Amino acid sequence: MKGQIDKITDSEVLFEQEFKINGGDFINAGESSSKLKNILKEIGINTDIIRRLAIAAYEAEVNVVTYARHGIMRILIYPEKILLTIEDEGPGIGDIDQAMQPGYSTATEEIREMGFGAGMGLPNMKKNADIFNISSIVDKGTKLEITMNLNDKNA
Amino acid sequence: MTGKKIKLSKVIEQFNLKIECGEQFLDKEIKGGYVSDLLSDVIANCKEGYIWITLQGHPNIVAVAVLKEACGIVIINNRQPEEETIKKAKKEKVPIMTSSLTAFELVGKLYELGISG
Ligand SMILES: Nc1ncnc2c1ncn2[C@@H]1O[C@H](COP(=O)(O)OP(=O)(O)O)[C@@H](O)[C@H]1O
Ligand SMILES: [Mg+2]
Repeated sequence: MKGQIDKITDSEVLFEQEFKINGGDFINAGESSSKLKNILKEIGINTDIIRRLAIAAYEAEVNVVTYARHGIMRILIYPEKILLTIEDEGPGIGDIDQAMQPGYSTATEEIREMGFGAGMGLPNMKKNADIFNISSIVDKGTKLEITMNLNDKNA
Repeated sequence: MTGKKIKLSKVIEQFNLKIECGEQFLDKEIKGGYVSDLLSDVIANCKEGYIWITLQGHPNIVAVAVLKEACGIVIINNRQPEEETIKKAKKEKVPIMTSSLTAFELVGKLYELGISG
């Protein structure tokens, strides 16, 4: 593998699946994450990785439902890592540093009453991911990349 | 704690919880409990086989319980689940119970019985 580090994403994709997420659909929010979790269980991924990835996936899914028009969640499993991307079309995030602050939320009162909008979604994604990347363009959308390493000795 | 296995059905009977749906799935062991109304908190901290105590009654609690593999949801304080919540819970085989107790009272009783967090 040495000397190929920069080509690591070109390695063989063992499994790939996409889930569509609809903005505003609070009733079904989280279902894609549950399907994803079941797939990872069937494949036999380490339970701690599944637990952390399911937390990140749910939070990302709920954010698309809460803030964006629609989005795609994609899982790519490689021999050495799992890559979860969530890409949406929506308002985007102007100040990512602010959005990443624990407790920061622009959720409406109605949404907070439902138990969403604690401002812990992005911080918890970051905390549970091995690598967390976020990029966003205002009035276009947001893209999240969550990577889990599969070959860690302590994983 | 006692190390004794406690089933959902036992807790329902002992504390007079009202079964709203999922009566076929009450033969499950309660492995612990979590109480919160913030979904991010539940997603981060509730564990598999736990009983989840909340005052939320909207449909998304079912998705949260499914994802965390909670053994059931108890909605406290005389709050009622929405119709859509029950529909979803039936489909997903998640037992939902209601109680007139407050979260504090119910958690106290569960803890006393040997269920911890
Ligand atoms: N996909 C997204 N599109 C637009 N804004 C977002 C998105 N995800 C997060 N945000 C913004 O970042 C804030 C913080 O997100 P998060 O940490 O998940 O907390 P919460 O969703 O509870 O507000 C949100 O309130 C929102 O303003
Ligand atoms: Mg969020």
